[in-house]
Amino acid sequence: MHPDLHEHGPDETPHTHPEPGVDPHAPLHTGARALRVGIGGPVGSGKTALVAALCRALGAELRLAVVTNDIYTTEDADFLLRNGVLPAERIRAVETGCCPHTAIRDDISANLDAVEDLEAALGPLDLVLVESGGDNLTATFSKGLIDQQIFVVDVAGGDKVPRKGGPGVTTADLLVINKTDLAPLVGADLSVMERDAAARRGDLPTVFLSLAEDKAATPVASWIRGLVASRV
Amino acid sequence: MSLATLLLLADGRLPSGGHAHSGGLEAQVAAGRVKEISGLDGFLRGKLATGGLVSAAFAAAACADVTRFSELDLGLDARTPSPGLRRASRAQGRALLRAGRAMWTLPAAVGREPHQPVALGALAAAAGLSPVEVAVAAAHGSITGPASAAVRLLGLDPYAVHALLARLAPECDRVAAVAAERSGDPVDELPAAGAPLLDIGAEHHATWEVRLFAS
Repeated sequence: MHPDLHEHGPDETPHTHPEPGVDPHAPLHTGARALRVGIGGPVGSGKTALVAALCRALGAELRLAVVTNDIYTTEDADFLLRNGVLPAERIRAVETGCCPHTAIRDDISANLDAVEDLEAALGPLDLVLVESGGDNLTATFSKGLIDQQIFVVDVAGGDKVPRKGGPGVTTADLLVINKTDLAPLVGADLSVMERDAAARRGDLPTVFLSLAEDKAATPVASWIRGLVASRV
Repeated sequence: MSLATLLLLADGRLPSGGHAHSGGLEAQVAAGRVKEISGLDGFLRGKLATGGLVSAAFAAAACADVTRFSELDLGLDARTPSPGLRRASRAQGRALLRAGRAMWTLPAAVGREPHQPVALGALAAAAGLSPVEVAVAAAHGSITGPASAAVRLLGLDPYAVHALLARLAPECDRVAAVAAERSGDPVDELPAAGAPLLDIGAEHHATWEVRLFAS
């Protein structure tokens, strides 16, 4: 008899025991962990609408999940559910104790726990979107939490925003200038915004978007597809 | 012992999830029980005498004997009737372990999501701190967290809040000394002071649609 095979009693099927000290289970995750993309920006600039659009555009082709940091514990999740873009089990909400920037930059533990819980519950994922709470122009994500970050500003906030700069506008891997459809109504000059963004950001990309007109956030979805493809 | 290491463990900037918790203050502020600095004084004194003492004793006990982690963890479950507060304590324990693992080699027996005081004791043991030192950190943390939340929730004068914390420092030391003295006691005999209004508040708080703090 093989030394690993032994009998416990007449009613029992012979079976093997795992080597002591060796975990008999397969690793929980195979392959690389999900790409994590942070989405930050001022209140009302369209972060949740962008997340919803990305879920619509990418949900069928990528295994994705979302972490929200809104003070309304269920508001963003409800928005995604109402719009039918993501089932509840793919969304986690994190509370930020009045400091949305702390939760994405200085103390990222709750967000990391949420990402890990999603991966543990859903299995391997391709993409996790981490949406920050609405904050100001200085909010950026820690590299310990995300791989790439998108900063969303909007035309209705005034065409001076790119010129004001700040870490979000200056250093985000992608700057999204949303609500271009409102430009004529608020007297914003998109060419000024484009010029100022280029001056602040050097070679980093900036895209103009109107989520009211482009419900699939086409240029942002393409940018994310490129990131996911480059990781494989 | 290293005083600088102790300061590291007690620093509110330690990335261990504490900033998102108000220690029950948000619910009491909403109920109108804490409005200004004198209300905060009462809240913090109560907190120190109940949750602060229990946390300090359990952190000291975990630090003193790393083989008692699971027993202490169950003891804290028994002292935490509110499911919401249990979740909050375990979430903070998990976050603390994440920070601790980055800094020191933690004992494996601490598990994945222990109660916060057990995690704190594990970090202190790994860092070479003594039970009384971690008891000070636990007692201090039990009032500095809500104090910082009070500045954010009520817009209190931060100097007035720190003046209050300075007045409470000797009491903090005293509570820590009492807690550390009892750190070798059987789990059932460790401090079990509770605050029913905080338990009830936590359960209401967990159902709110809009809240700024996780607990």
